[in-house]
Amino acid sequence: MKDNNRNWVGKPLPRKEEGRLLRGRGKFADDIKIREMLYLRFVRSPYAHARILKVDTSRAEGLPGVVGTLTGKQIEPLTQPFIEIGPEPCAKIRDFPLAVDKVRYQGEPVAAVLAESPSLADDASELVQVEYEGLDPVVDAEQALKDESILHESAGTNKVWNGVFEYGDVEKAFREAAQIVNIDRLHFHRFSSTPLENNVVIGQWDPKDDHIYYWCNNSFPSFAIQFLAAHLNIPIDRIRVQTFDIGGSFGIKITSYPQMAVCALASKKAGGRPIKWVETRSEHMTASAHGNERTFRDTRVALDQDGVITAITSRHVDDCGAYPRYEPLGCVIWSQVFPGVYRFKNARIDFTQAMTNKCPVGPNRGYSRMQHLWFLERVVDICAHELGIPADQMRLRNYIRPEEFPYTTPNGCVYDSGDYPKMLAIAKNLIGWDEWKKKQAEARKQGRLIGIGIGTTLDSGTNNFGQSQIVNPHAPFSGNSQGANCKLDIYGEVVVAVGSCPQGQGHETTAAQVVADVLNISPDLISVRTGFDTERNVHTGFSGTYASQFAVSGLSAVHGAAQKLKAEMKRLAAFVLETQEDDIEFGRGAQGPELRAQTKGKSINYWGLANIVNVNSAVLPPEMHDITLNCRYIWRAPFKVPDTKKKYGNLTMTYASQLHIAIIEIDRDAFIPRILDYVAVDDCGTVINPAIVEGQVYGATAHGIGAALMETCVYDAVGNMLTSTFSDYTPITAMNMPKVKYGHIETPSPHSYSGAKGMGEGGAAPVHTISAALQDALFSSGIIIGDSFNNADTLFRAMVGREIYQADKLVKLERRA
Amino acid sequence: MPKTAAKAKRSLKPKEIVEPAIARVPITVRVNGRPYSLAVEPRILLVELLREALDLTGTHVGCDTTYCGACTVLLNGASVKSCTIFAVQADGAEITTVEGLEKDGQLGSIQKVFGDCYALQCGYCTPGLMLSTYQLLSHNQQPGDKDIRKAIAGNTCRCTGYQNIFKAIQVAARSVKGG
Repeated sequence: MKDNNRNWVGKPLPRKEEGRLLRGRGKFADDIKIREMLYLRFVRSPYAHARILKVDTSRAEGLPGVVGTLTGKQIEPLTQPFIEIGPEPCAKIRDFPLAVDKVRYQGEPVAAVLAESPSLADDASELVQVEYEGLDPVVDAEQALKDESILHESAGTNKVWNGVFEYGDVEKAFREAAQIVNIDRLHFHRFSSTPLENNVVIGQWDPKDDHIYYWCNNSFPSFAIQFLAAHLNIPIDRIRVQTFDIGGSFGIKITSYPQMAVCALASKKAGGRPIKWVETRSEHMTASAHGNERTFRDTRVALDQDGVITAITSRHVDDCGAYPRYEPLGCVIWSQVFPGVYRFKNARIDFTQAMTNKCPVGPNRGYSRMQHLWFLERVVDICAHELGIPADQMRLRNYIRPEEFPYTTPNGCVYDSGDYPKMLAIAKNLIGWDEWKKKQAEARKQGRLIGIGIGTTLDSGTNNFGQSQIVNPHAPFSGNSQGANCKLDIYGEVVVAVGSCPQGQGHETTAAQVVADVLNISPDLISVRTGFDTERNVHTGFSGTYASQFAVSGLSAVHGAAQKLKAEMKRLAAFVLETQEDDIEFGRGAQGPELRAQTKGKSINYWGLANIVNVNSAVLPPEMHDITLNCRYIWRAPFKVPDTKKKYGNLTMTYASQLHIAIIEIDRDAFIPRILDYVAVDDCGTVINPAIVEGQVYGATAHGIGAALMETCVYDAVGNMLTSTFSDYTPITAMNMPKVKYGHIETPSPHSYSGAKGMGEGGAAPVHTISAALQDALFSSGIIIGDSFNNADTLFRAMVGREIYQADKLVKLERRA
Repeated sequence: MPKTAAKAKRSLKPKEIVEPAIARVPITVRVNGRPYSLAVEPRILLVELLREALDLTGTHVGCDTTYCGACTVLLNGASVKSCTIFAVQADGAEITTVEGLEKDGQLGSIQKVFGDCYALQCGYCTPGLMLSTYQLLSHNQQPGDKDIRKAIAGNTCRCTGYQNIFKAIQVAARSVKGG
């Protein structure tokens, strides 16, 4: 690093975003109104699986104020089906944003109505009559794989993908194992992080210039336009996407491109009038995107005498709902954290993804890795309990050791840094481990059920899109990149634009901190553009905000652009001040920031430099004509294409880690689990803004606690979604959220320029931790926690009904001589 | 696709001014100290009135079912969820929205404290939370942990895990008490 200034990076700088958000002046997509705008409402399927016999829109169209309607049959000949990322036969799926012949999940859009006001659009949508012929729904992934009821006839199967990830010598490890633990079934439930702001799209297909304009809150616009351009048969440069303030995404808003397509098509039909679609909460719950549900079958774990895991084999079945869409990337993304935080070298995971008649899944905070990390934490805890080894000791025996970093995993991922034993020690200290152990023993004597659980997890950030080739060798994606622009504008203002698409992560603030250190000025003097805009021309095909990467990809791009600008400023100042470049110092004068010639006692301020380049350029000699003070920089991750046959290669740049401990008591009468104490310890390498990092940790912790105890997407046997409102889904509130004790360590990443690791998703640590604590509370009664979601009902069924979680049925221990 | 475009154009209906089937109802409200007289459809919710008719977009909609509190405003001094009140029910009322928390262009004390304590991330829930805080502190200047939790039980935040919001409300209470 050339600039060693650390005046601003590392400080809890107040966020630049606050000024507008606190005043209610945030600009969210639903706040935008455009002249001549129409309102779109979807007509959605009440059935999970049915053939569409007839769509009659005539009554809706007869309603005054209704401008038109749109059906799947109408858009099919105008568009190409969406790109499928997966290989044959699922590549044959014909995915349109409005159902054409069949509906495949409850809530699937069948038609759209356009009206002069939102309430008229509501009224009209109820007048659209759709005749259906019911088909057998399949809501369970393992059942779906029997292909008795097929969702997509063109694919001919419900299986999206299958692949075996095998490393080391599994057979040998099992032959030599001192003990083997068999676990019949584990299940990670379906939930969604449900951003508080629903999806919103305003789309206009402007006939004046044949461009499509979007004002929306999609969180991965550069990906969306790749899908939309191909789908809508329009050159990609004619699609402009702008985002502004976004009310949370957590990955879910990556998946709004089908609705974006409908808005464009509807606008075209309405002669170019802008179309606004504002999702209702029930639409969001039933038909936006959920997180992946996953079942872990026939797990076998080989261990040595001391409880060190030497091999794991297992069969994983992932449920992606009715359309694979962003999937089947989830079929490989979990393998970024293949061994979790553990040292075992031998493993075979047979991974299959299936479609079911449920809402399509999409990236959701901790996407695809949290399911796998939960599985590994369950394995570790179940083995520990079977072998009578304390949970903390079991982990210490199996953790990757601090001196082993950078650590290459069996599948070729390189963990940059970490110190899991130290995090465990800090967490134990913060929670008062020994005291809780004593209290727990006392409580047990009184018949109270208190459990202590540990969850260790990883938040892998900045992913290698080459992993897509493991799923489909023809997928044209690899590497990762991000763009940024840093300029000195005409009056000397420093203006930064990034290709990210923030939703509360404070990118304006941290980007300003980085640039402030490069130029040695105050972040107050730096303005960072809000939101995303394709016309800023700072995006690459990977630009967006997802997968815990801004601190690495985003800030590396910002840093690169700022360095470029700094170099140009220096060169120009040396010319103007008639000195050498190494004589130039970035300082502060009476009129603000300036560049000084140290030996000449002369200086020029930012306005002076910007003036020359922009509006006074006749003073510049030709050799200075390349100086623009408007510097675009594309940062590229140093990845290689993985070996797709061996499924081997580095899939992620940084590995932030989290270690949580929970103390939980299960009420003996009501079976309600209650958190008595909670600790979260985080390591995301060198911290850019500690207040922002701490906030992200708390947020991820709340999402995880909610997911573990309160939040689940429930379907009945025929595919009715039973949790379609917040009142049913019950997102965690202030009443349920315990006080979190926060600790952190910094193991700087050798892989990023600043030592920072991407963070924010949090790896669903509370889900692992709470499962562990509940098991600890109940194990003496022969119960194994086999599902990631647990509430009073589950615990009642396990403890009283003895219907589920019975260790003697689920787990078998084989001891070898 | 010239063929389809032409076809689409034929299927278009001309723009029309649509009068609602049910007559609009005249109401008068005072929002953030400013009086408004207007006629609204009886089915329009208070939050729609604020956002659409008065362009006060700081009040948000998150759940449509009175769970999340993103739409919280003060109605005659009491915090209400404006997605669960018809605009006509607010006739004659005094309403305060987030836009009314500023004092002479400066952040109000609750706004300032929320910022100082990093009590927001995406900021979507923040206006509602600040108004629930306002309501709490106008009745109780020494709220305990439980009082704070109860006061914002109806305000969902998906970003912050509530920790810094708890802190902000405690600090705000101290600053209110201290004058």
